Amino acid sequence: MQGFTYHRPASVADAVALLRSTGGTGIAGGMSLLPVMKHRLATPPALVDLSGVAALTGIAASGGTLSIGAMTRHVAVADSAVVAAAIPALASLAAGIGDPAVRNRGTIGGAIANADPAADYPAAILGLGATVVTDRREIAGDDFFTGLFTTALAPGELIVALRFPLPLAAAYAKFRSPASRYAVVGVFVARFADGVRVAVTGAAPSVFRVADMEAALAARFAPSAIAGIAIPPDGLNGDIHAEPAFRAHLVGVMAARAVAAASSVAA
Amino acid sequence: MGNVTGIGASILRKEDLRFITGRGNYVADIKLPGMTYAVFVRSPHAHAKLLGVDARAALAMPGVLAVLTGADMKADKVGGIPCGWGITGKDGLPMKEPPHPAMAYDKVRHVGDPIALVVAETVDLARLAADAVVVDYDVLPAVVGVLEALRPGAPAVFEDIPDNLCCDWEIGDRAATDAAFAGAAHVARISLVNNRLVGNPMEPRAAIAQYERSTDRTTLYSTSQFPHVVKLLMGNFVLGIPQHKLRVVAPDVGGGFGVKQFHYAEEAVVTWAARRLEVPVKWVSERSEGFVSDAQGRDHVTEAELALDETGKFLALRVSTLANMGGYLSTFGPNIPTNLYGPLLAGVYTTPAIYCEVKVVFTNTVPVDAYRGAGRPEATFVLERLVDVAAAEMGIDRVAIRRRNMIPTTAYPYQTPVMMEYDSGDPSGCLDRALAQADWDGFPARRAEAAKRGKYRGIGLATYVEACGLAPSRIAGRLGARGGLYESATVRVHATGDVTVLIGTHCHGQGHETTFAQIVSDKLGIPADKIEVVFGDTDKVQFGMGTYGSRSLSVGGSALAKSVDKVILKGRKIAAYMLEAGEPDIVFEDGKFSVTGTDRSLRFDEICLAAYIPHNYPLEVLEPGLEEQSFYDPVNFTFPGGAHVAEVEIDPDTGSVQLLSYVAVDDIGTVINPMIVAGQLHGGITQGAGQALCETAVYDDASGQLLSGSFMDYAMPRADIMPNMKIITHSTRCTHNDLGVKGCGEVGTIGSPATVINAVVDALSPLGITHVDMPAAPNRIWRLIQAARLPKAAE
Repeated sequence: MQGFTYHRPASVADAVALLRSTGGTGIAGGMSLLPVMKHRLATPPALVDLSGVAALTGIAASGGTLSIGAMTRHVAVADSAVVAAAIPALASLAAGIGDPAVRNRGTIGGAIANADPAADYPAAILGLGATVVTDRREIAGDDFFTGLFTTALAPGELIVALRFPLPLAAAYAKFRSPASRYAVVGVFVARFADGVRVAVTGAAPSVFRVADMEAALAARFAPSAIAGIAIPPDGLNGDIHAEPAFRAHLVGVMAARAVAAASSVAA
Repeated sequence: MGNVTGIGASILRKEDLRFITGRGNYVADIKLPGMTYAVFVRSPHAHAKLLGVDARAALAMPGVLAVLTGADMKADKVGGIPCGWGITGKDGLPMKEPPHPAMAYDKVRHVGDPIALVVAETVDLARLAADAVVVDYDVLPAVVGVLEALRPGAPAVFEDIPDNLCCDWEIGDRAATDAAFAGAAHVARISLVNNRLVGNPMEPRAAIAQYERSTDRTTLYSTSQFPHVVKLLMGNFVLGIPQHKLRVVAPDVGGGFGVKQFHYAEEAVVTWAARRLEVPVKWVSERSEGFVSDAQGRDHVTEAELALDETGKFLALRVSTLANMGGYLSTFGPNIPTNLYGPLLAGVYTTPAIYCEVKVVFTNTVPVDAYRGAGRPEATFVLERLVDVAAAEMGIDRVAIRRRNMIPTTAYPYQTPVMMEYDSGDPSGCLDRALAQADWDGFPARRAEAAKRGKYRGIGLATYVEACGLAPSRIAGRLGARGGLYESATVRVHATGDVTVLIGTHCHGQGHETTFAQIVSDKLGIPADKIEVVFGDTDKVQFGMGTYGSRSLSVGGSALAKSVDKVILKGRKIAAYMLEAGEPDIVFEDGKFSVTGTDRSLRFDEICLAAYIPHNYPLEVLEPGLEEQSFYDPVNFTFPGGAHVAEVEIDPDTGSVQLLSYVAVDDIGTVINPMIVAGQLHGGITQGAGQALCETAVYDDASGQLLSGSFMDYAMPRADIMPNMKIITHSTRCTHNDLGVKGCGEVGTIGSPATVINAVVDALSPLGITHVDMPAAPNRIWRLIQAARLPKAAE
């Protein structure tokens, strides 16, 4: 690992200022950043540790939305009674990220800013139509993920919180890679009064919605409604564990399982 | 016997306290004054000419002491890494044995081939400097698969071996086999791959070397399964260090599985560097480094045929295998797919004619050598898959066809047509118990219930026998071994009756500190906590051949038993003198020497004291002291065997295979510690299930890059894919060692791949699927199911 200066600010403003002045990187849970630094694929001159910024923590439900601070650890989301009452599918998604050690350290803000194509949270952001609140603006979930490990964040822009509308019903179903246990395909389905959202992670370079499935499920929210919808394999990820055609097939399977799970439990 | 720490007791392992409280002493824990840190520069190309190494930028970086290259080693006249087993091919042709330089100087032959060693004050500084070493390559086309390597015009891994063929080997009677095939009622055929594996012991490899000018002695600490052999190979063939000036220490080692059983280039390079620089040099492998430098396992492509008569009796077996050696010969590499494979093809069956030919092939991949089971899982897999295929094709029940061909218990000792003579066994007894424990007869109902849930459920069975307890030296020598395969043990009895055992095997997870103490405890009638077992340090322990091939108990334990018997013999002489009786009247039992028919006796510790304070002692005819040493060369291999049954359920929507149950019935001879045996089986079965369900090393055909180069892509088995396993021993004594032991370290891995795949094929057989290659991973299973469901084109 290359040497770096270490900073631990107490406020969002200080964090943003340090990122600008040092040209460094923010570190949240470090579950993605530290391995990348150990492989010397990233050599930031400075690390700005966000764990001291109290304004970045907190889970609250009010006015029909659920707000989660960017530095909230996966284990906190998984164990939160507030999340369990508001969007249980989000709690169970968080409970299935990585393993216990990763869940104790990893954060929702870090996961979303990193935008790993196989990460779970991006499917929830897109599947629920959440809003990404940063230090300087609000970005709609639909506009946030722009490509492989790429988001709409400007350099040095910090995610402060994630704000979720409350669905009537939602569920997340994922098929794990036998090696990494990351999502080969993960599908988040959410039903709202005004429609259904279906978001897929793992299958493509970036998380995406499936309009055909959303329309079919809006008409009838049942697994059989999407039974005939095939996802084309073009542009989907392929590796030694899952070829594009297999991922395309799994999108249908996982979407059906998510719809079935959402149908059996009210949001 | 009543000895609570004797043979057969499930006492807790002595070594576990230090291991589970973080107090082990592993190579990476060792700190020497003035120690420096080394990082290897390794080839990123699978095949290239090495034109030059420019270390100027690296040498200028802070904290860098040296950058040493293959050219420097060559100039120092360092010898190549030797191969310890020379096989002979058809027509008596010896195998091709190209040079294996410790660091490449003119050509690199696999991704990860070491080129230079950077030595610096810290490991981070060494890594940064290694990144700054500039290497000039002329990249060549690479070849990674055995079929491709044998095609005319394929890239030649060694210029003077244009066909990449190391050896064309055979065993058995070709004429008799061909004749039997000509007269067969049915011939079952199978083409299969035994997939390459990366061993991944939990502890990565490491080495620290130190040279002390004041004593002119060199010490190497290494994560080795055979420190004495490293001392001999490295000292004598590579670095020219006299044996009495070299010490090799293998302290606590966190798992080997064969991966740590070879003399590696890194050991020699680190030792040479430490002597040249006269500072201690430490190297610890990174995991991703281990993926491209630890010897890998398996990698066979096989065509096999079984000839049967109309009743399903086996008439002959014919096997043709291509085995991948990788880019260089590792210490035992050529022996694994030949002598530890071909001779196992009789299995537990009475097949009268067998012929096996194996082409051993070089490719631009990491060298291949022994990995838990070493040849015997491959043989069992071929045989048991073929038996299932034959049964299906002939409409004979899978159990019935095995019984019809099984060696009867009355036929032991049984001479197979492929050299091995099995001393003892009860394969039908093992089979009976396995079927009963697995509720084989109740399976159809379970299959029907699973089908209601949309799942394909299958049950699989495999019987096996294996050859281990390596090895009788004369037989091994005839087969090409370049060393002996005896074992040695010194039993040093202290004046107070405590015992130190110095044994030439090495323990890296097997529990020898406990089980060898149990053997001594059993024979001497003293508690196991009075017995210390020492291994791994060539300064402390007389020569031994180390641990692999499930040899420690049958060969090491037999040497130990001999030494204990010598101690008892001497004790009887001392006791006879002290008790004023004739030696034939002395009985040794429950730790006491007594005069038969009287109540006069002496305890073991009283005899020990007398041996070291010989005041009342037969000094005219007996030396003082009580320490005995034995070397034991086994009479034959040992032949554990057994029957395993597994059930799987397959989700056709995702291709996922879930292992639901596993029953293992194994004949391992006398059991020293049932708890430890269960642990060995749990681990071995999990490793075999890993090969069957998820593990596979994948090289890119074009570039030779290892695509599965980390745990992100190499799917290790985890606890959550394994069911609770039923482990049952059904033992017959080994007839040629006093303890009656056969060994159990590898049997789990030998029986399990065939068992699991036979279950997977059984699950998918309603779809007309007749074979599944390993690993039975979701994408592969889904593809097979998709293809099977397609409407068949009209013929």
